[in-house]
Amino acid sequence: MNGDGTMAQPLRLVAEGLVCERGGRRVFEGVDFAVASRESLLLTGPNGTGKTSLLRIVASLIAPAGGSLRLDGADDALTIGQRCHYVGHANAIKTALSVEENIAFWGAFMGAAPAGGALDAFGLAPHAGVPAGLLSAGQRRRLALSRLAAVARPLWLLDEPTVGLDTASQAALVDLMSAHVAVGGMIIATSHVDIGFSFNHSLKLGGERAP
Amino acid sequence: MKIAWAIVRRDLVLAYRQGGGIGTAIGFFLVVVTLLPLGLGPDIALLSRIAPGALWIALLLSVLLSVDRVLQPDHEDGSLEQMLLAPMPLELTVICKSFAHWLTTGVPLALTAPLFGLLLNLAPEAALPLILSTLIGSPALSFLGVLGASLTLDIRRGGLLISLLILPLYVPVLIFGVSASSSSGAGLTLLGPSLLILLALSLAALVLCPLAAAAAIRAHYR
Repeated sequence: MNGDGTMAQPLRLVAEGLVCERGGRRVFEGVDFAVASRESLLLTGPNGTGKTSLLRIVASLIAPAGGSLRLDGADDALTIGQRCHYVGHANAIKTALSVEENIAFWGAFMGAAPAGGALDAFGLAPHAGVPAGLLSAGQRRRLALSRLAAVARPLWLLDEPTVGLDTASQAALVDLMSAHVAVGGMIIATSHVDIGFSFNHSLKLGGERAP
Repeated sequence: MKIAWAIVRRDLVLAYRQGGGIGTAIGFFLVVVTLLPLGLGPDIALLSRIAPGALWIALLLSVLLSVDRVLQPDHEDGSLEQMLLAPMPLELTVICKSFAHWLTTGVPLALTAPLFGLLLNLAPEAALPLILSTLIGSPALSFLGVLGASLTLDIRRGGLLISLLILPLYVPVLIFGVSASSSSGAGLTLLGPSLLILLALSLAALVLCPLAAAAAIRAHYR
């Protein structure tokens, strides 16, 4: 990745025959997909069909019970997990730290130069000095999503990113996602609602069950 | 290095701001030390003799009390899974977190131990060996404690289970710690064999515990 935020290498994430088992129950099997740079994938499906598990497998937070996952085109030793942003249900926010300290910590910890504009992405700059414990649920979500802007990573894994967001923040998120894809990033997201972003691909999990 | 400093500083700030950190550990230490003479009766000679051991046991308990603070909150709010995605190996993250725990628990307790020792009629010449041995031995307590915390991530209020798992591992530290603080008080050299073994225990814990703890955290998420 270059300093100007564009991704140097065209990457391609390929999953073949992924199997997921949680607690002895087979959640899904035979899941294939491929996402390349400048592409995005929307995961859909009813509750409990493994959308979050699939994202966590891609982030290498959990191991698949079968199948393979590889990233083509990468020429350094970073793992897929170290190349991705995972924004899950937990916001990873310390309530005792201020908004700015939270984002500065993740910036430093994820190994990025401090980006001043990260808080502007979701309009949190006016609240920079406020303890994160005083934020509303939607504002905490915005703070968690601000990590996307603070640290440049090629692969974004977004699990229901719009939960709790107001319309302005949803629009900000869509702008951020569009900009990310435009510079060669990849996005895999789950959502039950239409977040107004046009995904290149979509994958329906748990398709055999009637809706 | 910058990453390591970022996480140490964050944990220090959190321990300072959230309460339940330094103050609680010292308070607990003080209460245990205060209760001892009440339970044993006002026998000054006896208290003086058991003072180093009593202070060490109080130190072990205070460290154990605070050790579930190292990983549990980060696990609950999702920070820990983000740390798995960081460019820094999880082992180093665990070292940094354990080090921050030592700075906020082991160091203040070691420095205040001789002061609380006054309550136990600790001999004045035993103060320096006590500080030295607790400073050198307490890193082992923090690292072993974090290992216990990593094994009990899923269990809310897992403090009691951590104690059960980790207290047996504290035995060598306790034995050589007490030996280092009392033998040198009796006129032997300050850097006796007990102190060196204590140092060895701390160094071994520094190397082995983060490996085991990181493996436990990864296994937990799998």
